[in-house]
Amino acid sequence: MTTLQELADRLRREIGTAAVITDPVRLRTYECDGLTYHRATPGVVVLPETAEQVAAVVRACAEYGVPFVARGAGTGLSGGALPRTDGVLIVTSRMRRILEVDLPNRRAVVEPGVTNLAITEAVRDQGYYYAPDPSSQQVCSIGGNVAENSGGAHCLKYGFTVNHVEALEIVTPGGDIVTLDARDPGYDLLGAFVGSEGTLGVTTKITVRLTRAPETVTTLLAAFHGIEAGGVAVSEIIGAGILPAAIEMMDALAIEAAEAAVGCGYPEGAAAVLIVELDGPVAEVRHQFTEVTRICEQSGAFELRTADDPAERAAIWRGRKSAFAAVGRISPAYIVQDGVVPRTALPQVLAGIDRLSREHGIRVANVFHAGDGNLHPLVLFDDAEPGAGERAELVSGHILDLCIEHGGSITGEHGVGVDKSRYMTRMFSDDDLDTMQLVRCAFDPRGLSNPGKIFPTPRLCGEVPGVRKGVHPLVAAGEAEHF
Amino acid sequence: MDDTALDALERTGVTIREAGPDDDAAGIRPGRVALPESTGEVAALMRVSAEHDLAVVPVGGGTKLHWGRPPERCDLLIDTCCLSEVVEHAAGDLVVRVQAGVTMEALARMLAAKGQELALDVPFDGATVGGTLATATAGPRRLRYGTARDLLIGITVVLADGTIARSGGKVVKNVAGYDLGKLFTGSYGTLGVITEATFRLHPLAANRRWVTFSLPGSPAGLRDLQTLAGALAAAQSEPSAIELDWPDVQGPLTVSALVEGTACADRAAAVQELIGRDCAVSGEAPGWWGRPVGEEVLLELRVPPAAAGRSLLAVREAAGDGGVAVRGALGSGVFGISSRTRLDAFVPAVRQGLDGRLVVLSAAGEPVADPWGETGAIVLMRSVKERFDPDRRMCPGRFVGGI
Ligand SMILES: Cc1cc2nc3c(=O)[nH]c(=O)nc-3n(C[C@H](O)[C@H](O)[C@H](O)COP(=O)(O)OP(=O)(O)OC[C@H]3O[C@@H](n4cnc5c(N)ncnc54)[C@H](O)[C@@H]3O)c2cc1C
Repeated sequence: MTTLQELADRLRREIGTAAVITDPVRLRTYECDGLTYHRATPGVVVLPETAEQVAAVVRACAEYGVPFVARGAGTGLSGGALPRTDGVLIVTSRMRRILEVDLPNRRAVVEPGVTNLAITEAVRDQGYYYAPDPSSQQVCSIGGNVAENSGGAHCLKYGFTVNHVEALEIVTPGGDIVTLDARDPGYDLLGAFVGSEGTLGVTTKITVRLTRAPETVTTLLAAFHGIEAGGVAVSEIIGAGILPAAIEMMDALAIEAAEAAVGCGYPEGAAAVLIVELDGPVAEVRHQFTEVTRICEQSGAFELRTADDPAERAAIWRGRKSAFAAVGRISPAYIVQDGVVPRTALPQVLAGIDRLSREHGIRVANVFHAGDGNLHPLVLFDDAEPGAGERAELVSGHILDLCIEHGGSITGEHGVGVDKSRYMTRMFSDDDLDTMQLVRCAFDPRGLSNPGKIFPTPRLCGEVPGVRKGVHPLVAAGEAEHF
Repeated sequence: MDDTALDALERTGVTIREAGPDDDAAGIRPGRVALPESTGEVAALMRVSAEHDLAVVPVGGGTKLHWGRPPERCDLLIDTCCLSEVVEHAAGDLVVRVQAGVTMEALARMLAAKGQELALDVPFDGATVGGTLATATAGPRRLRYGTARDLLIGITVVLADGTIARSGGKVVKNVAGYDLGKLFTGSYGTLGVITEATFRLHPLAANRRWVTFSLPGSPAGLRDLQTLAGALAAAQSEPSAIELDWPDVQGPLTVSALVEGTACADRAAAVQELIGRDCAVSGEAPGWWGRPVGEEVLLELRVPPAAAGRSLLAVREAAGDGGVAVRGALGSGVFGISSRTRLDAFVPAVRQGLDGRLVVLSAAGEPVADPWGETGAIVLMRSVKERFDPDRRMCPGRFVGGI
């Protein structure tokens, strides 16, 4: 019997037959996340219902020296939940209880499989919501959000997942159940864990902060003849001391796609649209609205639309929210990028992307969180055309280089996963990465928790830094991939 | 310190001087004081320290050097005062990159001239960026803006062995790699030396109003306090801070809520209505606003906001008439406590049945059995310390669990 078979038998005994999947057909359901061009059939899939069961699984993996990967809803866009053929995939889909809503303390305690939106839905009637709002919020899990430190359109004002988590219960890679609480004295391990992409253990319980609904929300759509003018407006708004809840931008190609997909009815002839959402106390928003309107007009907006009720607001957002899926209408295949640049570098970087696009004959649609400089270039190609995929990859990589050159980042919210680990060395030195590895080794000395993600060539824990020679031992052992 | 170690320190070219009484770290006289001017110089010092087994304590303004337990040993004090450069202020991006020795006041002055601020109200005069990060101190507006860890977007550190490491960057949104900034914020110098930090900034508020009222410090008064605190924290007029000042827990208390923005007059009126009792509305902060409640003896109480009233009552009961004062962020449940009573009875009495944590930051030399108190993940914390500083040379013994 192979190690995995033995392990599966043990898991059946420990957490029940129904919670352990080894049937090849069913296993294949889990072979990829939202980044579908990386695929691997997991060795074993488990569907635990409690933290104790997760701990039992992890302990068994540790005993057998088998790697494990946690998976929430599988919407990740960097291959973070890509399974291991030689490992166990721990799926949290049966851990979907909201354990406690505590409005006096403005917090809720939930299991990792609860969807992002479900939290808001549980408290909306009482005038609260959960602020981080990834576009995938209807399906993505809060455990996945914690692992990716997910953002959303409204994180410009409200911050990311890490700013809204007060405590976590985790199962360490050694199989212990530990609480990381912001109120505890000591190192901010909570802060270090959020965004660690499942490489430091499995989250089994999350205490999230709830935010009071704003008194009012106003949404503005401004149409421009050129993307530069839109960029100027963004800088001016921020420069005027206004912090909108969201500032989103779409370029002509993205608008075209959204128009084709959902008929969002954005102003005709718009080469760029800006969506600005203001929220807060009525008196404050009224004032900011006047300012933003003035700035947009001065920057050359040729049409402005305003939404004050949910239906009108949804109409404005429809185009933006559909943009990812919509490019499917104008291109057979596409790559979603996730670079970040300092806001003031936006015009230069957008011009650079345009240049790359023309040089390589690859169309790029730009949809982005303009307020915080987080670009989501959609690199379009025809996968039936020989070499097109490679050219798209190349453009996509050059876009990241452009972001790094301007002092930015290779990922603003989608994570590194397997997709971008090879770019980490362009952003960080070996010393930086080795130092991050110290954190990894503190939590997971044997490297069993989601190995092969984030870091390009992890050192073995305890290995002395120096020049890397030959095949890395982790690679030789099949526990890491070289890029 | 032996001569070879001294020689090696001198050879780094960094200014090294003998230690005087002002350099004592919680009563421990360092062997030498070094005054590096760059991250590279800090790294050179740390390499020598590693070779010669020197215990190192980094210091900024020296305002909190007595916090935590005294270090078990201190051969080299690394004074960051000469790391005093504002490296880059990208005003259009609302981002600033500074060396660790820049004082928070100097930074605030420089940013204010451009209409911006780092929204951390640091209560200690002379505190530096590095010291503020290392102790994770924050002030009243944590309710709206979070604390240092929430505003920090990039960090440069030098590890015990001299390795220079960076994480984050200079963009406000970034999830590439582990966030070492979070790990080093509040690490009390036990993992390495912070030499540079990058923060996200906010525009200075156009206007500010403080709405202030008083309550009796009785059990009934504390119940009212709890109700009002809850209402204020949930108010759609969005106060940036809700602070309590209770100069003597046997007497009355004062609460002040801050609203910031262009329309803050309207919002102050809304806050006043919500409070529903006599309030003073002012464009000036109360004199105690954002000041530490004590320096010699200072404790920090952290509780869930809805447990504040109950916990404060417990503080009052444990205090007797021992001159206990409380001040802090009512909306967030984080309070400073100063005390003239003996801590050995007071601390366990407050901790008894507490839904939260009580930490003794500074005890004015009085030995306290367990200054840090309980914490959840001590095994993992030890393991992190072990990886970063296997020889225990960075502020040994100062932190939780003897880390
Ligand atoms: C259409 C679309 C729009 C999107 N929009 C956004 C957006 O606006 N902002 C944004 O930030 N992201 C966005 N994403 C990306 C994705 O939805 C987020 O990264 C999300 O947080 C992933 O959650 P998940 O439950 O699907 O996680 P998965 O994809 O299942 O897993 C993601 C990572 O988390 C780890 N993980 C999952 N659960 C746990 C756990 N319990 N413990 C430890 N590790 C765990 C996995 O190992 C993996 O590394 C979008 C994705 C799609 C498909």
